Amino acid sequence: MEEVKLMKGNEAMAEAAIRSGVDAYFGYPITPQSEVIEYLMHEEPFKRTGMVVLQAESELAAINMVYGAAACGKKAMTSSSSPGISLKLEGISYMAGAELPCLIANVMRGGPGLGTIQPGQSDYFQAVKGGGHGDYNLIVLAPSTVQEMADFVNLGFDLAFKYRNPVMILSDGAIGQMMEKVTLPKQKERLSNEEIIKRYGSWATTGKPESRERNIITSLNLKSELQEIHNQHLQNKFKTAEKNEVRYEQIQCEDADYILVAYGTSARISQKVVQLGREKGLKLGLLRPITLWPFPKKIISELADHTKGFLSVEMSAGQMIEDVLLAVEGKAPVAHFGRMGGMIPSPSEVLDAVEKEINKILK
Amino acid sequence: MTEEIIIAGFGGQGVLSLGKILAYSGIMQDQEVSWMPSYGPEMRGGTANVTVILSDDRINSPVLNEFDTAIILNQQSMDKFESMVKPGGLLLYDPNGISHHPKRKDIKIATIEGAKEASELNNKKTFNMVIMGAFLKIHPIVLMENVHKGLEKSLPPRHHHMIPLNEKAIKVGMEEVKVIHDYK
Repeated sequence: MEEVKLMKGNEAMAEAAIRSGVDAYFGYPITPQSEVIEYLMHEEPFKRTGMVVLQAESELAAINMVYGAAACGKKAMTSSSSPGISLKLEGISYMAGAELPCLIANVMRGGPGLGTIQPGQSDYFQAVKGGGHGDYNLIVLAPSTVQEMADFVNLGFDLAFKYRNPVMILSDGAIGQMMEKVTLPKQKERLSNEEIIKRYGSWATTGKPESRERNIITSLNLKSELQEIHNQHLQNKFKTAEKNEVRYEQIQCEDADYILVAYGTSARISQKVVQLGREKGLKLGLLRPITLWPFPKKIISELADHTKGFLSVEMSAGQMIEDVLLAVEGKAPVAHFGRMGGMIPSPSEVLDAVEKEINKILK
Repeated sequence: MTEEIIIAGFGGQGVLSLGKILAYSGIMQDQEVSWMPSYGPEMRGGTANVTVILSDDRINSPVLNEFDTAIILNQQSMDKFESMVKPGGLLLYDPNGISHHPKRKDIKIATIEGAKEASELNNKKTFNMVIMGAFLKIHPIVLMENVHKGLEKSLPPRHHHMIPLNEKAIKVGMEEVKVIHDYK
């Protein structure tokens, strides 16, 4: 029988990590995601599945522990909130360079700096445009329900190992702290070294047999000719991901005159705005990117052919709107509505913003 | 059916756990639920509130600015949430500590002496269940058998011996709630 529970997003993600056969979690507490490590320590998965849970001495230590475990072909993850993710970016860039799969969750709060402990979405640029140095991309998943906080752990690791690249769950304090009904996945076994090799090939440093050369995991290449070849290899990988991994949800877009684009908590609020708008006779729709990278450009471009306008709703000063603008290619007006500093927009203020934009278009 | 509820009061009054028991009771009757707390420093002695939604359909926004029901347990929350009750909605409050009583004419207003009843039950922690009983008397959105299951689910097993007392508190709340204004 499926197990239905009432859980916080943070707790659901932690339990899903245990059940997805994750080998190790390394973290350092920070509001609003401290429940992740609290839950793991309370559940003691080291007794249930042998999963390692460790509170590191700092974010830097945690991400480099993830590097070490990932280099051994293990499913390793970490989580933090905005200021903590900034500290982890060096390690994340190294892992992208060294082609190491891992899962990083950012339960965003308002910034910049220490900012606030309330929810925010102002790390969009950091997550989808690099964040760390060098030409790389993260595959970025944006959950908008507690269920997705759980489901994206397994999906995240599948994608991370498929592309040998770090994957980020970009959530926010509201999704992390709220409780909803969640159906938990069945317990998966953790993989042995032999199974890792069978499934993902023998790139990991699992011990050198006589039959092959030693595996080296590094992001350093002092010969520029070789580094460029490595860069091209990475770029080809990102192109393949862009082709194959775009995920999104359309809500009442079929007949919509005006479309909201939003992810995470903003997408939940925007769903309500669509409902309220339609009750007033406004044909609204919502396009919810599930992958923020790769971004659902194609569908937005197609929708732009028969839509009067778009509103990007974000808890930021306007970051995702740049990707919406690129996708729309000038075919329709694109506006932004956002709150900052940990403020969550209410459905009625978003609806007011939509009506204002529609009136501008009609003039 | 969708019921959008705000429960607001001081930290320590059991606001969040009242919301959690309501949400679990909803799950027990196969409803969709969401429980969205205020979190952060304000939880320590300041105001605490939680938005709880029970619905037969998929829940869209967990964050709302108007509610079917507001359960108000201190003055600050009264000042903030009285205007956010939908016309025809319900405002339930404990008059203890309230100096400015609600003035709305287009909603149903009910009172429950939660603090008084809880101290008569010799357990101040039953306060939130007295309040819940008062709410369920006016809006019976969850069946008592599901509340029982909800209590079992949301209380840790070591506190299960407290369930009969909590159910008694719910019953007291149902008996003592007073509708002081109706919009009809």
